[in-house]
Amino acid sequence: MSKRSWLACGAAIATLCLGVSTAQAQDDILVGLITKTDTNPFFVKMREGASEKAKELGVKFQAFAGKFDGDNDTQVQAVENLIAAGAKGILIVASDTKAIVPTIQKARDAGLLVIALDTPLEPMDAAQATFATDNFHAGELIGEWARRSMGDEAASKAQVAFIDAHESQPTVDVARDQGFMKGFGIDIKDPARRGDEDDARIVGHEMGEGSEVGGRNGMETLLQKNFDVNVVYTINEPTAAGAWEALKAAGKADGSVLVTSVDGGCPGVKNVADGVIGATSMQFPLLMASLGVEAIVEHAKNGTVPAPSEGLTFTNTGVKLVTDKPVEGLESITSEEALKICWG
Amino acid sequence: MAAEDLELSAALIPDAAGRQPVLAARDLHKAYGRVVAMDGADFDLYPGEILGVIGDNGAGKSSMIAALAGAVRPDSGEIWLAGEQVRFANPMEARAKGIETVFQTLAMAPALTIVDNLFLGREYRKPGFRGRWLRALDRGRMRAEARKHLSELGLATIQNIDQVVETLSGGQRQGVAVARACAFGSRVIILDEPTAALGVKESRKVLDLILDVRRRGISIVLISHNMPHVFEIADRVHIHRLGRRIAQVRPDQISMSDAVAIMTGAMPPPTDDDQGRT
Amino acid sequence: MSSDDTPHFSEHAGPGRRVINFLHGNPTIIPFLVLVIGLAIFSLIVGKRFFHPFNLSLVLQQVTVIGMLALAQTLIILTAGIDLSVGAIMVLSSVAMGQMALTLGLPPEIALLAGIAVGAACGALNGLLITWLRLPPFIVTLGTWSIFNAFVQFWSGGQTIRQQEIAADAAILQWTGTALQLGAWRLTLGSVLMLGLAGLLWYMLNRTAYGRHIYAVGNDPEAARLSGISTRRVLFSVYLLAGAICGVAGWVLIGRIGAVSPLGGGSANLDSITAVVIGGTSLFGGRGSILGTLIGALIVGFFRNGLALAGLDVLWQEFSIGCLIIMAVGFDQWLRRISN
Repeated sequence: MSKRSWLACGAAIATLCLGVSTAQAQDDILVGLITKTDTNPFFVKMREGASEKAKELGVKFQAFAGKFDGDNDTQVQAVENLIAAGAKGILIVASDTKAIVPTIQKARDAGLLVIALDTPLEPMDAAQATFATDNFHAGELIGEWARRSMGDEAASKAQVAFIDAHESQPTVDVARDQGFMKGFGIDIKDPARRGDEDDARIVGHEMGEGSEVGGRNGMETLLQKNFDVNVVYTINEPTAAGAWEALKAAGKADGSVLVTSVDGGCPGVKNVADGVIGATSMQFPLLMASLGVEAIVEHAKNGTVPAPSEGLTFTNTGVKLVTDKPVEGLESITSEEALKICWG
Repeated sequence: MAAEDLELSAALIPDAAGRQPVLAARDLHKAYGRVVAMDGADFDLYPGEILGVIGDNGAGKSSMIAALAGAVRPDSGEIWLAGEQVRFANPMEARAKGIETVFQTLAMAPALTIVDNLFLGREYRKPGFRGRWLRALDRGRMRAEARKHLSELGLATIQNIDQVVETLSGGQRQGVAVARACAFGSRVIILDEPTAALGVKESRKVLDLILDVRRRGISIVLISHNMPHVFEIADRVHIHRLGRRIAQVRPDQISMSDAVAIMTGAMPPPTDDDQGRT
Repeated sequence: MSSDDTPHFSEHAGPGRRVINFLHGNPTIIPFLVLVIGLAIFSLIVGKRFFHPFNLSLVLQQVTVIGMLALAQTLIILTAGIDLSVGAIMVLSSVAMGQMALTLGLPPEIALLAGIAVGAACGALNGLLITWLRLPPFIVTLGTWSIFNAFVQFWSGGQTIRQQEIAADAAILQWTGTALQLGAWRLTLGSVLMLGLAGLLWYMLNRTAYGRHIYAVGNDPEAARLSGISTRRVLFSVYLLAGAICGVAGWVLIGRIGAVSPLGGGSANLDSITAVVIGGTSLFGGRGSILGTLIGALIVGFFRNGLALAGLDVLWQEFSIGCLIIMAVGFDQWLRRISN
C-alpha cells in the first residue's frame, strides 16, 4: 500500500481504539471491598452482597481481607493496590480504625470515594461516608433487654461480665460495650473510652479477639474472678458461643446467666433459638455492602457523596433485636423470624 | 580367589615378616572436571603399624584417604582389604568392613552425651519385645560398654559417662572419638589431623593414646602436618605429592627436613625399591 | 599395661564447673524453677483463688490446645527447624473433620481419622519442601501457613459448624471436651490426651534410637550424617509426625470450643513457639525436652491467669511473656557460651 494508505489506516485504527476506550470508560468502574478477615461470616456476607450488586450494576469488583482481626498492614496494601488499579471507590471495614487513616487520605487525594463499612474510622470524617450499624444503639438494645429481663434485681444483684475484642479499643468494640452499659443503666462516663467506669456490678473486661477460643478463655477467667456472674456481654456471636462452653463447664448453662451478643448471623440466631444466647442485635451486612457499591457507582457517574442518615453522622443500615424472650416496652423479633433474614 | 585377584594380589608386596598389607590400593584415579585429585595413587598399610601420611595442601592425600574410607568413589583403580578386593559405596560400608575414620571435626554432636555419641547410628536395643516393638534402647549395656572402651584406652577417669561432649576438653574429645573408632572391631583406624587443634600437653596424651591403640593390634593411618609428631610415633611415612605416592620412608632412616623436601618437591624421592618396609 | 603409661584425662571439676555441667545435662531445671517461683508469687498476691485445684486445673485446660501444638513444635525445633504453620494445620484439620462428618456425611469416626490424616499430609508437605527442595524451614512454613489458611477458608466457606449440630451428628468430635472429675481436680479428656501424648513423645525422644537421631540431626547434622543417619529421612518424618499431632490438636480444639470454627489459630503459631522457648528448648536445635515444653506452656498459662486474677491490664500479660522469652533465650545462649 502507499504511504498515504498506511497513514489513513493508522488514523482509523487509532480513532477506533479511542472511541472504544471512551465508550468503555463508563463501564470500567472498579469498586474495591476491604474487610478485616475473610473467615468471619459477617464479612463473607458483605463480600457476597457487594459482588452481587456490582454484577447487577455491571461494574468491576475486587475484594481484599486482612489475615486476622487487627491486621492493619494487609489493609494498607490493599488500599494502595486499589489506587494503583484505578478504582473509583473503596468500601473498607478497618481493622485498626486509627492507623489506616493516612492511607485512606492517600486514596481520597487520588480521587477515590472511601466509605467505611460497619466500623467507623477515627476520626469518622476520614472517610467521606460511613455505612454502619449504629453499634452504640445495638449495644443499647441488648443492654436494655438484659436490664428489663432482670427487673428489680438489675440494680442490686447484677454481676456483669464483658468479653470485648481487642485491647486497642477499636470503635466498634467501644461503641457496643458502652451502648450495652448505657442500656443496662451503668454510668459510662466517657462514651469514647472503655474501662473508665467504676460501677460495682462490673466483674471485668476480657479480650476475646472475636473468636470462640477467646470467648471460652475470657469467660473462664471472669468466672474465676467472680463466680456469680449472671449477665454476659459479648462483642459477637462466636465469642458468645465460646463463653457458653465455659458456662456449661462451670455448670451455669441452666438459664441463670443472660448471654447477650451482637451480629445476627444465622449460626448466632440458631443459638438464640437453642437458648445459648438470650438476645442478640442483628446487623445487615449485605445491605451495608450493596448500598456501598451503589453509592460508589453513583459517585463515579455524577460525583454525589452519600448523605448521612437523619440526625446521625453516618448512614444507618439498621439493627433489630432478636430474642425469644421478649420484654415489655422493647421491640424485638423472634429467632424464627430472624432466621429468614439472617446472614452467614 | 579369582584369577584376576591372584594376578593383582601378586602386585601386593609382603613386608619383612611376610605379611600382606591389611589395606592397600593401586593406581587410583579421580578427577573432578579438569581438576585431578588422584593420578595413579598407591597405598600400603601393614598390620599393626602406624603409617604417617604427609603431603602438601592440594597434594591429593585427602582424596586418597576419602577413597579408602569409602567417602569417595575412585574413577579407576583397586582397593584391597586383608587381601580381598573391595569397593565401597559409602563410608558405612567401609565401617562395616572394619575401616573407621576419626575426622578432623571429630563428627560428634556436642550436646549429646559420650555414650550417645559413641553409639550414634549403631545403638543397641533391648532384647525381646521391648527392643523389637517398643524400640527401647539398651542404655545399661551401652553405658557398660562405653565405660569398658574408655577404660581400655585409659580414659576411665572421665568424670561422668553421661556428660555431654561439649563439656570435655579438646584432648578428652579426641580420646572419646578414638575410643569410638576402636570400639566396633575395626582393623584400620584413619586419624585425620588428631593433634591439630590441641595444645602441647593434650597432644602428648593423644599421641600416647595412639600408641596404645597400636598395642591392641589395630593398624593406624595418621595424617598430619605436624612433622615432629609424625616422626615420633610413625613406623613408616607415606609421602604424597601431585596426586600420587612418591615415596615410602622410615623415620629412622631419613631426616624430617629431607622428608619435607621430598614432600614439596625440593628433593627427588629415594630410588631404592625397599619401599621403606624393613 | 601399667597405669603409668596409659594416657588419662583426669579433671577435678570445681563446684562452679559442676553446677555448669549439671545445667548442661539438665537444662529443664531452670524453667521448672521459674514455674515454681511464679506459682508462689501469684499465690501470695492473689491468694486462695489462684492456688486452688479448680483454678490450677482450669489453667491446664486452657493451655491444652497450645500445649499440644507446642509438643509438635518441640520436635521440629529440636531439629533446628521451626514451623510457623502449626496453628493453620490445626484449624484445617478441625475444619476437615467437621466438614467431612457433617457436610459430606462420612461416619464421624472416619471423619476424625481423616482429619488427623489431613494434618499429617500438611506436615508431609512441609517436610517434603524442606528436605527435597532444601528450603529453610522458616520460609517454607511461612508460605504453607498462608496456603493452609486459604484451604481453611475454601473448605469451610467461612462457616462455623455449631456445637449443637456436632453434638447431634458427630459427638465423637467433641469427645476431648468431656470432663473428668478427680477429687477437686477437673480435667478434660483433651488434657489427659495431651499429657499422654507428651509421655509417648518423651519415651520416643529418650528411650529410642530415633529420638537420639533427632537430637543429633538438630545438634550437628554433619556428625549425624557421618554416623550413617539419614538426615533427610529424620527431618521428613519429624514434620510428618508434627503435622499429625497438629491434627489431633484440631480434635482437642473442637472439644474446647464445642464448634468447628475457621477463626482462631492465628496467634497459636507463635504461642506454641513461645511455650517451647520458655521451656528451655534451644532454637538452634539439639537441646531441649518435652518436659520443658510442658513447663513452658504451663508458665505462660499461669502467668496469664495469675495476672488476670490480680486485676492487671492485659498488656502486662504480653509484657511478662516477652520478658520470659528473652530470659529463656538469654540463659540458653549463656550456657552455650561458657562451655566453649
